[in-house]
Amino acid sequence: MSERLSVFKTYKLYVGGKFPRSESGRVYEVTDSKGNWLANAPQSSRKDARDAVVAARKAFGAWSGATAYNRGQVLYRVAEMLEGRKAQFVREVADAQGLSKSKAAEQVDATIDRWVWYAGWTDKIAQVIGGANPVAGPYFNLSSPEPTGVVAVLAPQESSFLGLVSVVAPVIATGSTAVVIASEESPLPALSLGEVLATSDLPGGVVNVLSGRTAEIAAPLAAHQDVNAIDLAGADEALAKELEIAAADNLKRVLRPQPVDDWAATPGTDRMTAFLETKTVWHPTGSLGASGSAY
Amino acid sequence: MPTTAPTSLAPADVTSSDSSLRRFLHGLPGVDAVGLEARAAALGTRSIKTTAKAYAIDLAISMVDLTTLEGADTPGKVRALGAKAVHPDPTDRTTPTTAAVCVYPDMVAAAKEAVAGSGVKVASVATAFPAGRAALDVKLADVRDAVAAGADEIDMVIDRGAFLSGRYLKVYDEIVAVKEACGTSARLKVIFETGELSTYDNIRRASWLGMLAGADFIKTSTGKVAVNATPANTLLMLEAVRDFRAQTGVQVGVKPAGGIRTTKDAVKFLVLVNETAGEDWLDNHWFRFGASSLLNDLLMQRQKLATGRYSGPDYVTVD
Repeated sequence: MSERLSVFKTYKLYVGGKFPRSESGRVYEVTDSKGNWLANAPQSSRKDARDAVVAARKAFGAWSGATAYNRGQVLYRVAEMLEGRKAQFVREVADAQGLSKSKAAEQVDATIDRWVWYAGWTDKIAQVIGGANPVAGPYFNLSSPEPTGVVAVLAPQESSFLGLVSVVAPVIATGSTAVVIASEESPLPALSLGEVLATSDLPGGVVNVLSGRTAEIAAPLAAHQDVNAIDLAGADEALAKELEIAAADNLKRVLRPQPVDDWAATPGTDRMTAFLETKTVWHPTGSLGASGSAY
Repeated sequence: MPTTAPTSLAPADVTSSDSSLRRFLHGLPGVDAVGLEARAAALGTRSIKTTAKAYAIDLAISMVDLTTLEGADTPGKVRALGAKAVHPDPTDRTTPTTAAVCVYPDMVAAAKEAVAGSGVKVASVATAFPAGRAALDVKLADVRDAVAAGADEIDMVIDRGAFLSGRYLKVYDEIVAVKEACGTSARLKVIFETGELSTYDNIRRASWLGMLAGADFIKTSTGKVAVNATPANTLLMLEAVRDFRAQTGVQVGVKPAGGIRTTKDAVKFLVLVNETAGEDWLDNHWFRFGASSLLNDLLMQRQKLATGRYSGPDYVTVD
């Protein structure tokens, strides 16, 4: 029997629910931790970033307007889909980070659990950080969290999958939409995640995955007037400073890079609240007039 | 793609009867549909960058007929539209004004007031727009009404029913009558509704028919049907105006309308104009875009060129 020819995978971007190549037509070589060639990944340009923002903005209305319960269901569905493709992700994570099979499997398990964890939070975050505030006057004051809008996310460079999901899931769990720049050296798990998201009831455009040179793609996103917030997890100190300055122009929310020792540790709600606004509503209460009527 | 224009043209003979008009229109060379679409697509691949792009964007803004043709139009909305036509980007006064605002006849007075003194024209659709299904008297009354209210331009629709059933002279006579009703003060744009004409041959025939009848502009569509302006049908009409001028010395404008939403699209159309009709048409006296959402995209691109930052819909007006 003749030997079977290898079928190489063409990794593509995930933008607006579709899988385009980079507008620039460029690709770059992705290697494993030992320097062996793994695949070519698209090298996105600033126009890909612009297109991704347009897709994310378009998706924002429906995604932020969906019920929190529904978002939780969709996120849980993502975890289900990941479970089914575990073997692929274990291989990709092992290659990317030079881990043994069992260590990589641990990472992937933790990643899937992370989706489930955030799926549970979608309809609980409002109770935890929202409030019913008694004020001095014949009113009642309610505060409720609202999603920020389009968030640019620079995924962590070192943790290509668990780190990635740990920064993407909180953004979309609370109703924002994301433009994600994958880890520059190991983008393959992120690009494969795009394929999972495309088959998990997640509306196109809610998450958009770009691969390429982080600094090149992040600069136009940080300056983009239609991006509401930026998470600098994957930026080094010099780049983070530069991006923060660019982001100041339209008063983006900026989440500075924080050292993370262990991505597997329970993350807390900080990453969700970083991209939430607080809406306050004043509500009349009690007797308003001589008649004693409430309204 | 050179098209062979009819060698001799004596309008008086051509339009003397229905049969001679039909003979003339059906004697026009057939359109090579594949070649036409390939040519339009090829011209759409030109890369226009930096200073050329800045020029194209400003030119395109100056060619926009900012349009609102909704049943829900109010004088307030028309005033807002007029303000936008005069100062498309209030944060940057170097932005050119648009060519015109385009409204229904009953809104002409409000529009006229809103753009007074700015040089922005007021165009009005008329002749029972968009269907054109009314008696000629009604259509003419519609036109006179708009002209009396001060419209500088009249956008009429042709009777597609008559055209498709081959009664070309009826269509011709209507255009002539409307042109007369426009008088000397208003320029006449003739809308063919290319999406309803079925074939490229019909679009070529309609273009010649409109120009013979005295149209100042030929316009693709109303924006109210599924297929509106496409690069291919606009290219075809540009060839027609080029050939018509070569034959008769009379220059006629072209206005694609509907479906042009992005700067990229608009620049593609400008390339078509330059490569087909020539530089003489690169002026808002001879080429227009019928559009509403296009202007916002042009402004966002203009802001991007000026600041280096991508702009967003929050920085242009909602309309």
